[in-house]
Amino acid sequence: MKNTQTANTNECNGTETDINQAFLNISQVDMVFPTPTGGFTALKDVDLQIDKGEFISLIGHSGCGKSTVLNIVAGLYQASKGGILLKNKEVNEPGPERAVVFQNHSLLPWLTCYQNVELAVKQVFSDKMSKAEMKEWIEYNLKLVHMDHAMFKRPDEISGGMKQRIGIARALAMQPEVLLMDEPFGALDALTRAHMQDSLMEIQSELNNTVIMITHDVDEAVLLSDRIVMMTNGPEATVGEILDVNLERPRSRLSLAKDVEYNRLRSEVLTFLYEKQRKVENISSKSAPAKTVEKRCVNES
Amino acid sequence: MSSTTVKITSLTVTEQVMTFVKAKLNTLTNALLLPVVGISIFLFFWSITAQSIHTSLGEFPGPKAVVEQFSSLYVEHKTEREKAEAFYQRQEKRNAAKLAKNPDYVGKIRAYTGKETFVDQIFTSLITVTCGFLLAALIAIPLGIWMGLNKRLNLAINPIIQIFKPVSPLAWLPLVTMVVSALYVSDDPLVSKSFLTSMLTVTLCSLWPMVINTTMGVSSIGSDLVNVSKVLRLSTLTHIQKIVLPASVPMIFTGMRLSFGVAWMVLIAAEMLAQNPGLGKFVWDEFQNGSSDSLARIMAAVVVIGFIGFLLDRAMLQLQRKVSWDKSSVNV
Repeated sequence: MKNTQTANTNECNGTETDINQAFLNISQVDMVFPTPTGGFTALKDVDLQIDKGEFISLIGHSGCGKSTVLNIVAGLYQASKGGILLKNKEVNEPGPERAVVFQNHSLLPWLTCYQNVELAVKQVFSDKMSKAEMKEWIEYNLKLVHMDHAMFKRPDEISGGMKQRIGIARALAMQPEVLLMDEPFGALDALTRAHMQDSLMEIQSELNNTVIMITHDVDEAVLLSDRIVMMTNGPEATVGEILDVNLERPRSRLSLAKDVEYNRLRSEVLTFLYEKQRKVENISSKSAPAKTVEKRCVNES
Repeated sequence: MSSTTVKITSLTVTEQVMTFVKAKLNTLTNALLLPVVGISIFLFFWSITAQSIHTSLGEFPGPKAVVEQFSSLYVEHKTEREKAEAFYQRQEKRNAAKLAKNPDYVGKIRAYTGKETFVDQIFTSLITVTCGFLLAALIAIPLGIWMGLNKRLNLAINPIIQIFKPVSPLAWLPLVTMVVSALYVSDDPLVSKSFLTSMLTVTLCSLWPMVINTTMGVSSIGSDLVNVSKVLRLSTLTHIQKIVLPASVPMIFTGMRLSFGVAWMVLIAAEMLAQNPGLGKFVWDEFQNGSSDSLARIMAAVVVIGFIGFLLDRAMLQLQRKVSWDKSSVNV
C-alpha cells in the first residue's frame, strides 16, 4: 500500500465506514494504460469502501472504466497507483476468493455444466473436501441457480440465460469473499434478465455475499443494490456519487414500480447519468477508450 | 367438417412423403451421381488424349492400360510371394535332410532376398510416412504450445519457421543423407539408412504447418478463458491440460491434417532419391527401366498414391471428429 490517506470526503457517502475496518477497501486507485501516444489515464483517485455482505452496483456510461475497476479488484489488472485491501490484505493477483462472473459467461465449451463447476470446486476445495462432499457441493450450487436439470449438458446445448446461471454457480461454488459480476445480464433479453435478477436476489437473501456488480441498467441497479456507485465519464473517471438504496427486502419489481422511494432513486441515477454526466461527444467519437462492445445505452424504460 | 380435416392431413402426409423422397433423391444425386459423371468424363478425355501422345516408350497409357497393369502388378505380387514361400520350404527341406544325416547340425534359415512387390512398397511407404509424421508431431505440438503461450519465444522463432517452411524436400534430402551417413553408423542397423533419410526428410517438411497451426490455436484462446484460469489460480501444467489443449485441439488437428498431406507428398520425392523401397522408388525404378509397360505402371502408382493420400486425409478427419469438442470446426 503506497497510499494510506483519508478517504474521499466529498459526495454523499451515506455509510460511515471506518477505512481501516472496511471489508474491501478500494483506495485511491489510478489506472494508466500505456498507448503509443503516451499514457491514457482511465481511472483517477477511485476510492470506495465496501462492507461485508453489501451489494454494490457500479453504473456509468460506456467506457468510463467500470470494468477496469472490477478487473483491478479481481487482480487481473494492476493499479498504477493506490491499491485494493481485502480484509486488510493487499490484492495483487487473481484468486478464487474474488470470483468473477464474466459478461459472456466464459464457460469452457468442451466441458459439461457439471464439469465446469467441478473444475472450480476441485481447484478450491480439493484438500478440504472429500470426493463425495465435492459432488454434493457442486450439485448444491447448480440447484441454487436452478440448473440441476441440465448438469450434463454442454454450454452450447443450453440458452444464454442458462449459461450465465452456470457461470454464477461456478463463481458461487468457489465460496468467494467477494463476488465480482461484470455486466452479468448484459447479453440477455429483457425477460430473461428480469428472471435472472429475481434469481440473484433469492440467492443473495440466502447467502448474503459481498457483491460488486457492473451494470448499464438503472432499474437493475436500484432493484438489486444496497448502494449504487455512479462513475463520472472517462478519461480520468472516478466515483461521482454514491446512492444508498434503503428499500426493504425482499424486493418485488411489481410493487416497487409504484413505490415513491424507488422512483426517487431511479430519477437520481438518471439525473446523474443524463444531466450531470451527460456524454457530450458523439457515440462514434474515437476518444472513448478501450471497450467498444458497450454500444447499448442505459435502459431508460 | 371432420372429413375435410382428414383430407387436409392426408394431403399433407403425401406432400411430406414427396418432399422426403425428393430430398433423398437430391442427396443421392449429389453424393453419388455427380461424382460418377465427373469421373466418367475425366476417363473419356484421358483415353482420347492418351492416344494422341506418343513417347519414346510408346503410347501414353490410357485408363485401360493402367487397369491391366493393376492386375499384372497383383499377379507379380502373388508370384513373388509363392517364390518366397518355395524358397523357405526348400531351405526347411534341406535343413531337415541335413539334420537326419548329422544330428548335431544347426540349421540356418536365410532370408529371401527377392525384389519387393508393389504391395510391399505401399506398406513401406505407409510406415515411413507415419514414422516421419509422428516424429514431426512429437516435436511440433509441444513447441507450438510453448510458442503460443510465450509471445517472445514466438517472435524469436517465427522468422526461422517462415524461412524453413517453403523449402522443398529435394533441397533437404542431400543434407539429410550426408548427416545420416555420418552419424548413423552401426554394424547391425535397426532400420536402413534410406528409411531414416526419407523419414527425416518427411519430418523436416511436415513440421512447420503443425507448429504454425498449434501456435495460432494456443495464442488465439479467448482472454476470458485465460482469465477464468487466472481467477482459479490454475498451475501452468493444469492450465495447459485443462484449458490450452482442449481449446486448441481444433487448430492442432487442422495443422496435423495439413502436415499429413505435405508428408505424403514429400515422401514420394524423398523415396525416389533416397531409394527407400516404397512407392517413390517404384516410380523411379519404372522410369529407369523404360519398358513399354513402364508408363502404365507409373500411372497405376500415381492413382494409388492419390487414393492413399485421400484415405489418409479421411482417417485424420475421422480422428478429429472423435477427439474435437467443436464439431463445427471439422470441415471436409
